[in-house]
Amino acid sequence: MLLVNSLNDLKQWKKNVLKRKKYTMTLVVCAGTSCLSSESDLIIAMLKNAIEKNQLDAEIQVKPVGCLRFCGIGPLIVIEPDQTTYMKVTLKDVDDIVKLHLIQGEVVERLLYRGDNDELISTITEIPFYKKQRRIALKNVGLIDPRDIDEYIAHDGYLALGKSILSSTPEAVIDTLKQSGLRGRGGGGFPTGLKWAYTAAVKSNEKYVICNADEGDPGAFMDRSIIEGDPHALIEAMTLAGYAIGADQGYVYIRAEYAISIEPLELALKTSKEHGFLGKNILGSDFSFNIDIKLGAGAFVCGEETALIRSMEGHRGEPDKKPPFPSESGFRGKPSVVNNVETFVNVPVIIREGAAWFSSIGTDNSKGTKVFALAGNIKNIGLVEVPMGTTFREIVYDVGGGHPNGKKIKGVQIGGPSGGVITEDYFDTPIDYDSLTAIGAMMGSGGMIVMDEDNDMVEIAKFYLDFTQEESCGKCTPCRIGTKRMYEILERLVNMEGDPKDLERLETLGINIKNASLCGLGQTAPNPVLSTMQFFREEYEAYAYRTKRTTYAVDAKKCIGCTKCARVCPVQCIEGKVREVHRVIESDCIACGACYEACPVDAIIKP
Amino acid sequence: MKLLSKMVNCTINNKSINVEAGTTVLEAAKKVGIHIPTLCHLDLHDVGVVNQNANCRICLVENESRGNLIPSCAEKVTDGMVIQTDSIKAVMARRTSLELILSNHPKDCLTCVKNLDCELQSLASEMNIKEIRYQGEMMNHPKDFTSPAIEKDSNKCIMCRRCVTMCDEVQTVGILSPLNRGFDVVVATAFHLDFNDTSCTYCGQCVSVCPTAALAEKTSTPSIWRRLNDPQKHVVVQIAPAVRVALAEEFGYEPGHISTGKIVSALKRIGFDAVFDTNFGADLTIIEEAHELIERIETGGHLPMLTSCCPAWVQFFEHQFPDLLDIPSSCKSPQQMVGAISKTYYAEKKGIDPKDIVMVSLMPCVAKKAEAARLEFTRDGYPDVDFVMTTREAAKMIKEAAIEFKQLKDQSFDDLMGESTGAAALFGTTGGVIEAACRTAYESITGKELKNVEFDELRGFDGVRKATIKIGDLDLSIGITHGLGNTRKLLEAIRRKEVKFDAIEIMACPGGCIGGGGQPYHHGNIDILKKRQQALYKIDRHAMIRKSHDNEMVQALYEHFLKEPGSDIAHRLLHTKYQPKERI
Repeated sequence: MLLVNSLNDLKQWKKNVLKRKKYTMTLVVCAGTSCLSSESDLIIAMLKNAIEKNQLDAEIQVKPVGCLRFCGIGPLIVIEPDQTTYMKVTLKDVDDIVKLHLIQGEVVERLLYRGDNDELISTITEIPFYKKQRRIALKNVGLIDPRDIDEYIAHDGYLALGKSILSSTPEAVIDTLKQSGLRGRGGGGFPTGLKWAYTAAVKSNEKYVICNADEGDPGAFMDRSIIEGDPHALIEAMTLAGYAIGADQGYVYIRAEYAISIEPLELALKTSKEHGFLGKNILGSDFSFNIDIKLGAGAFVCGEETALIRSMEGHRGEPDKKPPFPSESGFRGKPSVVNNVETFVNVPVIIREGAAWFSSIGTDNSKGTKVFALAGNIKNIGLVEVPMGTTFREIVYDVGGGHPNGKKIKGVQIGGPSGGVITEDYFDTPIDYDSLTAIGAMMGSGGMIVMDEDNDMVEIAKFYLDFTQEESCGKCTPCRIGTKRMYEILERLVNMEGDPKDLERLETLGINIKNASLCGLGQTAPNPVLSTMQFFREEYEAYAYRTKRTTYAVDAKKCIGCTKCARVCPVQCIEGKVREVHRVIESDCIACGACYEACPVDAIIKP
Repeated sequence: MKLLSKMVNCTINNKSINVEAGTTVLEAAKKVGIHIPTLCHLDLHDVGVVNQNANCRICLVENESRGNLIPSCAEKVTDGMVIQTDSIKAVMARRTSLELILSNHPKDCLTCVKNLDCELQSLASEMNIKEIRYQGEMMNHPKDFTSPAIEKDSNKCIMCRRCVTMCDEVQTVGILSPLNRGFDVVVATAFHLDFNDTSCTYCGQCVSVCPTAALAEKTSTPSIWRRLNDPQKHVVVQIAPAVRVALAEEFGYEPGHISTGKIVSALKRIGFDAVFDTNFGADLTIIEEAHELIERIETGGHLPMLTSCCPAWVQFFEHQFPDLLDIPSSCKSPQQMVGAISKTYYAEKKGIDPKDIVMVSLMPCVAKKAEAARLEFTRDGYPDVDFVMTTREAAKMIKEAAIEFKQLKDQSFDDLMGESTGAAALFGTTGGVIEAACRTAYESITGKELKNVEFDELRGFDGVRKATIKIGDLDLSIGITHGLGNTRKLLEAIRRKEVKFDAIEIMACPGGCIGGGGQPYHHGNIDILKKRQQALYKIDRHAMIRKSHDNEMVQALYEHFLKEPGSDIAHRLLHTKYQPKERI
């Protein structure tokens, strides 16, 4: 086991890795959580087995990697070096891939990606989803084997750490970060360099570096993917933070349900310690730093830094008033830096490439890239990393490929339960911290959910509020009781039991909850309601004035009397004779939508 | 040399003010005469109790420098801060918070135990709430009526967490904490255990700080009325020292008003057959305790000796320090001594069958209810003390009986157990029991008269106090602590043998019995406790007799009944044993 004691050791290691014998072919298989759930682990095992059986193992290797990010078409296999990409691979496809591609050298066309005009796209780089993306945080994710430290070293791993602690100063690290303009990717967007500088400035014999890997926004999974796909980057970044602020202990606070991420992280911690990147006298210097994992129980509120710290201390996960900020009094009352995973992994790249390089990417006040988890009614579902300043339109249409069935996209929900909805009118807004705040949304940790014309915005707001009121810690009044009351009003509305005054109540209550709550969760909880009320007020009014139709109906002008709808209706509530206009008996309709699907001439009107 | 504190300047409602750094916005506003409503906030700084977790959101004010709302109770003034306490944003947020709390609070105020003494009710009135705009589901948690001392109705809880601060941080007993999440959050015992199944000491400090009726004493009033109306029963009552300096507050008197004579008079009007003084029991306790201490010192017995008058403290060491059961004094508390003597000596003298005597005690304490219910305090099938009512309950009984308290003429205690000394009065405050004991121990050990009976070094409000008292050749090392958190620290030090004392006085409630869980609510005003304490010192100062062993009725008791301190019969009636208990 090589103990790295100098920069030369590190450079030599990288050279040795690069010099190693190359395989003629490498099958890069996505082993991210969502592909694993589609049996990519079994696919990997079967591929290895078949390769061995055919005595190809000297030439061809199988490499499991972290998330390949285009989750909608997983499990994905990219065959290096020509980058042939197979999508939605199942166990049944393994034989064909081995026989046709590996042995006979033929491409398995049916597993290739098809473009908008049904054309075959054979390489990953040509798939539109990947084209506009630019990767910094996800740099190595899906590229390297997270369990193999050699691969991380080959991609300049630990070079930033080595350079910093062996030939630079903590102040220089912080200065670089400040100049880079990196801001927190967890929600608030606080300048990272400044946060580190504040913590460094506090005199204390004990300081802590804390990585917030709680990631509670429904649908967001970038932090998990980074830890799964590139754990050493996080370790390197946290160690850099320790060096910069003068801490010798770090903690990764991660929810216990991220079991699949914890395992590679634990392995990486062990390996990095063995090689001298962690522990006593790192890289032969007099700087020592250790990282431990703290498991959380998965409460959303523990993503709030003061609640996270309380939870780490073994208390009930509840936010505390700020000030004092963690930089002054954090874990165990000691100065602590708390950053989320995505923020951290930007750091080594910035140190390596320089502040000027980083700040050349993005907009005036938001530098670098941001990772979004793109989901909802969108063709391309997956993780998207784009430069700050990219517009919603680019993400939704260029990267996301628009609506899967060509329906009209009505809006994008950004920022999860704390965020708001952006309508089509704002799709040309460049995505950065300040532009988002200006239009009533927030960056949040990067959930991005696309909604089409069929989505009921009141129901969507209710869904988010149900989440926040359940996840509220219950400490402060506005959040504990207020979000519950907002939820009750929404419930009343969608049950057609509300009245127009409920809209006023909802708005007043929402504004006051925002103003009066103790922590970020409460202060942002009403956002999904307030922003949809702003942009889709007519949908709320339809409920409040009880003008909203809740059943299906037949458009008399279009109906041809084919009887298809009446035949599929499970409650026999459509009447009409052949070749005559049909009619829905509204009192019996259960709004199942079967008639809508069955109608050949679009004569069924949705509620 | 006191360092000059840094001053900061801020503007509140356009008034400029200089305050010491570290001052909260609430305190600063108060200095310039600006009132900000509060609810969860509680500051009894002098006895180490501060609830400042800023969760009710009633005290929000607008920080104009940043444009956001801040909790004035917890946020400290910074230089240049500009605060507006009555901006529309702040006022609306405060109203919303209060309306939300009210929307989740039962509306049975008329029959509620806290009616007219409820901080939530006062606030609703102060903020002129006439309509609750947000109605919806209300909490529905089980009530806990199992304990002999405290009742919990979580549906009246507003999550101010004062009780949690009290129980967990101040008393370090840790029985109460928030459970669940969101709307379902409730302050409760672990796993909703019954109070009885926990290590609750019944100190009642949770009750004394609860702004609503979520926590209240278990009332004995109906049972007492029933006995009073039973002609077969001879109902007697005893009055604890701290009651006489607090009860008058319930009738509009200033805190610290001494109303001993009126209380005796009121109780007689209510129909008690005899009114005794628990202070008599206190003098008796001192004699027994001093005897025990001297014996321990002379025979090389276990030291330090710890006082045992406080039932919450007894409960505390049985649960938390079962390995130290041999250090507290074996003396029963004054309440139990008076109870035991009533049903023996008094019964004999009066020729009444002890089973017909009903002993009621009027205490500043809720733990006394649990103490009276302890099985070991029952002899021949009847308890030493049958019922305990708190100062608050007694005031309610007096009101219920339509007695004009202010018009009452003073009356005296009844014979046999009616005389007491200034020393006994001190039992009601921290430091008092040990001061009384020192007076008796001094004369008993040296055989000389103690000229200056006031031991200033034993007085005050500090959580842990130490003093060395010179008694002849003996340097008596004394410790005093109040509040169970302070007590825990001291006991742990004793367990680790880091400190050495001869005698230690312990009272569970901050301030001692003057701040007991059964006293009129102080609503966070520490001055009330201080005035009660001063009143006790005043009683002592004006007392004809100031040393327990000079109490003539106590002397008569020994002469005719107990023989001598520590005698067999004294041991049978006045001493007890402790049981180790589980810590939950």
